[in-house]
Parts: sequence; structure tokens; C-alpha cells
Amino acid sequence: MLKKRIIPCLDVKNGRVVKGINFVDLKDAGDPVEQAKIYSDGGADEICFLDITASNENRDTIYDVVDKTSKKCFVPLTVGGGVRSIEDINKLLNCGADKVSINTAAVQNSKLVEDSSRKFGSQCIVVAIDAKRNDSGWEIFTHGGRNPAGINALEFASKMEKSGAGELLVTSMDKDGTQSGYDIELMQKISSAVNIPVIASGGVGTLDHLVDGIKSGASAVLAASIFHYGTYSVNEAKQYLASKDIPVRI
Amino acid sequence: MNVTIVDYNSGNISSVINSFKEVARDKVSIEVTSDLKKIRSSDKLVLPGQGSFKSCVDALNNINGLVETLNEFAINDKKPIFGICVGLQMFADVGYEEIETKGLGWISGKVSKIDNQNGNYKLPHIGWNELNIVKDSKIFKDITNNSHMYFVHSYELVPNDKSVVSATTDYSSNIVCSIEKENIFGTQFHPEKSDKIGLKIIDNFINL
Repeated sequence: MLKKRIIPCLDVKNGRVVKGINFVDLKDAGDPVEQAKIYSDGGADEICFLDITASNENRDTIYDVVDKTSKKCFVPLTVGGGVRSIEDINKLLNCGADKVSINTAAVQNSKLVEDSSRKFGSQCIVVAIDAKRNDSGWEIFTHGGRNPAGINALEFASKMEKSGAGELLVTSMDKDGTQSGYDIELMQKISSAVNIPVIASGGVGTLDHLVDGIKSGASAVLAASIFHYGTYSVNEAKQYLASKDIPVRI
Repeated sequence: MNVTIVDYNSGNISSVINSFKEVARDKVSIEVTSDLKKIRSSDKLVLPGQGSFKSCVDALNNINGLVETLNEFAINDKKPIFGICVGLQMFADVGYEEIETKGLGWISGKVSKIDNQNGNYKLPHIGWNELNIVKDSKIFKDITNNSHMYFVHSYELVPNDKSVVSATTDYSSNIVCSIEKENIFGTQFHPEKSDKIGLKIIDNFINL
């Protein structure tokens, strides 16, 4: 049986992790490579890096991080943040990323999703959807949640599936950072609207939130802070899911 | 001994290279090349593959003489070869992704889309699934049955002769996920992304 995935996400800025893990055995809390290794040794099903480097001059640092991580971690590695073109994708994959997540560029130019999934295969193209509730449903936002796109999230999800996305990484902007749980209704609606896997993101504060995320129909759950701050280890999270009869790899 | 990873522009092979180098360390040399002479003189070959069946077959055919060299290596010389994902699928006679495309024809059978049972199963089949070992395979030495492996695919190999199947995995039906036919090995899952157990499979192949 296919297992539900737990994906810890690390925010990386200028080659350093922004929020560090509070582990005693960690030499350098800002080193993404070391943190990724701790996650993969702890049973993470995949690792996700979100590059939040603001300036273009420092973009190259992420390639170096990906290169080093992929030589130490032998689980899938997804990298997102600032991916704009086929060249960006190609460069990340060549450095050792297994999947690339595209957000703003997918909204501005759906042809990028079509072209890149044809060139590299759907398996490595993840479309990241940042959605916020409005009167009629959910609207998607670009540029790290700064700009409203005036596009309905459910319609966009279906469009991305047709364009060749292999997975959708769905973040609720209303919930992100609140630690009050995923936007379950959003996850349910998108999961049933598409036939590709959905990764739920935004709002995890407890292990029960992970359970709720999976029950909403998501194939995988992504979380940052509960793992960053050492509230729970990946292994604890998996044990908890297993105790709730959710199939996980242990 | 040297193991060669065939580089034929089939998409992203850096994870395959990293994992083989990690396992081989200094004991075995790992070469990554499309040079036919080097491929021919190699002890073992690895054939990765990402993207569609058609794009991978096209990429093989784009390198003049590569298919002939592979045939010579695997069929005439019977030296060990390991296909990963679409690399394995290309061993079949024919694939149906995008358009009907002829494969290498080493394993009689076809590659067709996984039956999603009217949307009950999401595709691609992405994530960790269990290995059901159905016959002894040299690459499964010290691998426990029901170990988890990492999968990413929407198409499956359907061999005519089931005796080549060494393991299946359960997704919609029993999908063939590993084969062994004499010197020919292949996995649908990605051993290079399957953590320590995956590396053990790579180690087993290197140590054949």
C-alpha cells in the first residue's frame, strides 16, 4: 500500500536556514545540509527547501546547498522559490534536486509548466499554490503571497493538472504561521478536483493537524515550524500517524 | 571493476550518480558517459531514465550506435545491466506513453498506463510503497520483504513471461517493480532515492 508522506520544509535564505532546529547534537543550526541530513535520518519521506533569498546576486547559494545535500541525503529533494525558467529548473535538477516547485512563474505563464513537464517529466514538476479565502472561495496569490492574482484556486489547480504538473503543493495563506491546522476545506476541495497528488501545507501546530491533513485527502503533509523548533521529531510524527491508522513508512 | 552510468540526455541523472558514488566509494570506479567505447569495455551498466518512454527512446536513438552497443553488451556479451524507472521500461518490446514506441525488446511485453480505476488512484504513483518479493533476486540480498521503496511513475511494465518478475508493489493492482532475467536487472522504483535500503540494492548490483 502506498504510504502517506511527511515532508519537513526548510526555509533557506542566502544559503542558510532561517529558522534553525534546536538540537543539541547539531554543530551549526544554520546549515541546511546538516539539518536536511537530520530529517532524512529521522525518517523524512522527502525534504523540501524553500529558497527565500531576496536578491538575485545570492541565488547561486541555493545551487550549492542542493548540490551538497544531494550527496548526503538519499531521499527525494524538492526545491522551490524563485524558479522562473526552464534554465532555472535545469540547473536545480543538475545540482541534484529531484523535483522543482514553481509558484509565481506558473501563474504568469502556464506554458512553463507544459514545457518543463514535457522536457523533464511530470514527476519533477510541482506547482505551488498559495490560496486565500474570499467571498466566493479561494483566490491565488503570487510573489510569496504578496500579490493577488484574481484567479480561483480550484480552477487554477485543474488547469495546472492539465498543463502537466505532477503534484500540487497547496498552502493556505489564512492558516500559514497560525499553528491552528490546515485549511481542511481547501485541501478537500482541491484533492477531489484533481487526480494528481496534493501536498497540504500551512498551519500545522500539532500532530493531530497532520492527521486531519491526511484525512482531507492529501497524499502528503508538509510542515516547517513543528520540526524546526524541535516540538516534534519526524519519527514522533510518523508514530503518531501510525497510531491513528494512517499508513506511513516507519 | 568499473560501473558505467549511461548518460544519454534522459533528464536528471545526478541523483543516480550521487548514490552510486556514495556506495562505490573508492572500491569501484563509477563512470558517467555516452562514449560507446567506454560503455562497451565497462563491466556493468546502469541505464537510468526520466520523462516519457518516447522521450527516453528518442534520446537513446539520438546517439548514433548506442542501441547497438547496448544490445551487444546485454544480449551478446551478457554483462550485467541495471535499468531504473524508464530505464527498466525500455527493456520491453513496446511502450504506449504519448504514442506507440518501440523499446529495446529484451523483456517481452509492453509498458502501459496504470489503471487508475476511474480516478480512485491518483497518478503519478508517487511516494513510498512496499516491495513484495516474489522470487529471489541477486539485487535483493539482505533486503527484507515489505521494505519501502520510492516510486514516481504513471506507467507500468507488463511482461509476458511472469517468471522474470522478482517483486511487485500494490497500487491499483500488483505492479511489476523489479525484474531479473539472467544478466538483466531493473527496478521501477528509484533505489537512488530509497534511503539506506535503496543504497543496499545498488551495493548488491555493484557487488554482483
